[in-house]
Amino acid sequence: MGSNSVVSNRRMPEKMNCFDLSPNSNSDSEAEEVHVLAVDDSLVDRKVIERLLKISSCKVTAVDSGWRALKLLGLLDDEEEDKSSSSSSDGFEGLKVDLIITDYWMPGMTGYELLKKIKESSSFREIPVVIMSSENVMTRIDRCLEEGAEEFIVKPVKLSDVTRLRDYYMATREIRSAESGINVNKRKLQESFDVSTASSSPSSSSASPPSLFSSPAPCSPSSLDSPTRRPKMTSLDHILI
Amino acid sequence: MGVFGFEKGFVDNQFTQLQKLRDESSPGFVVEVVSLFFEDCEKLVNNMAKALEQQIVDFKQVDSHVHQLKGSSSSIGAARIHNVCIAFKTCCEDQNRDGCVRCLQQVNHECIQLKNNLQTLFKLEQQIVAAGGSIPAMQ
Repeated sequence: MGSNSVVSNRRMPEKMNCFDLSPNSNSDSEAEEVHVLAVDDSLVDRKVIERLLKISSCKVTAVDSGWRALKLLGLLDDEEEDKSSSSSSDGFEGLKVDLIITDYWMPGMTGYELLKKIKESSSFREIPVVIMSSENVMTRIDRCLEEGAEEFIVKPVKLSDVTRLRDYYMATREIRSAESGINVNKRKLQESFDVSTASSSPSSSSASPPSLFSSPAPCSPSSLDSPTRRPKMTSLDHILI
Repeated sequence: MGVFGFEKGFVDNQFTQLQKLRDESSPGFVVEVVSLFFEDCEKLVNNMAKALEQQIVDFKQVDSHVHQLKGSSSSIGAARIHNVCIAFKTCCEDQNRDGCVRCLQQVNHECIQLKNNLQTLFKLEQQIVAAGGSIPAMQ
């Protein structure tokens, strides 16, 4: 438990695996697991997606509604939506997740509405959101991708879908966390320059997270072949917006 | 294993997918999910029956129940139920009460059949495992 003095431990990184409890550990411990927030009003589907994720070595939190998801994330105050403040200023540490996967069609708040709220939030818009739906409706898919969804998976969700997601988000997580450190500055810069001259950097002014096609991150080649998803293409942003 | 289920189309590939998700840490997974499904199914069937008995049928409501059932049946690979739901949805959209009632009866029938088949399947698997066989871990 004496990892307050990290300096002394860092001399022997291999041995550190057993003792270092700091969140910055480089060991392959649970800290490296992708933490997924799954949102689905159907209990059966929740059970299935939970299992798929657990078997893919992801940490899962499963909830039954968009409201509950937002509450868990710390995006909702009791009185009103908390759009701009960081969770620590409330004293409430919202759930830290790497990925949100949500059903589209839910009573109360649809997955699309949940997506919107997340992308509208400055603290949470970087979290990748994947939409699931039993219906393969092109307009619906387009709408979700336009709003910033990473991808759209047609149910039933298979293990291969989940492992593909996990691999992609594991691979890009470091890139994203590195980028989010400089994202703030980039946005300020871009505000003062003309937006239309945005560089090929994945974090444009629409703050879209790096997609499969623009990100230099390694990703599974099979992900491009999956018939059930339409990956978001950064180039399309300029056409659609 | 799931042979007779597949032969008659009761379950599809999604069911096999679920069976692959069993392991030592979660041997009862498929049984658990399937049980949840049947509970859900029963509740939805009852709600739909009530809705269809009304003087003025709220087809939107029935449709939303069908949608739920369609979704969960797809998730567990209950192919025949899923197919009935597709036809059922059309009847709702057409506001065809008789058609809906027929579909509901079919759903009910398929649920019972599936339940029986799966119970037999699970029992069989248990026996095989008990005899030292090689099905992925069950309890």
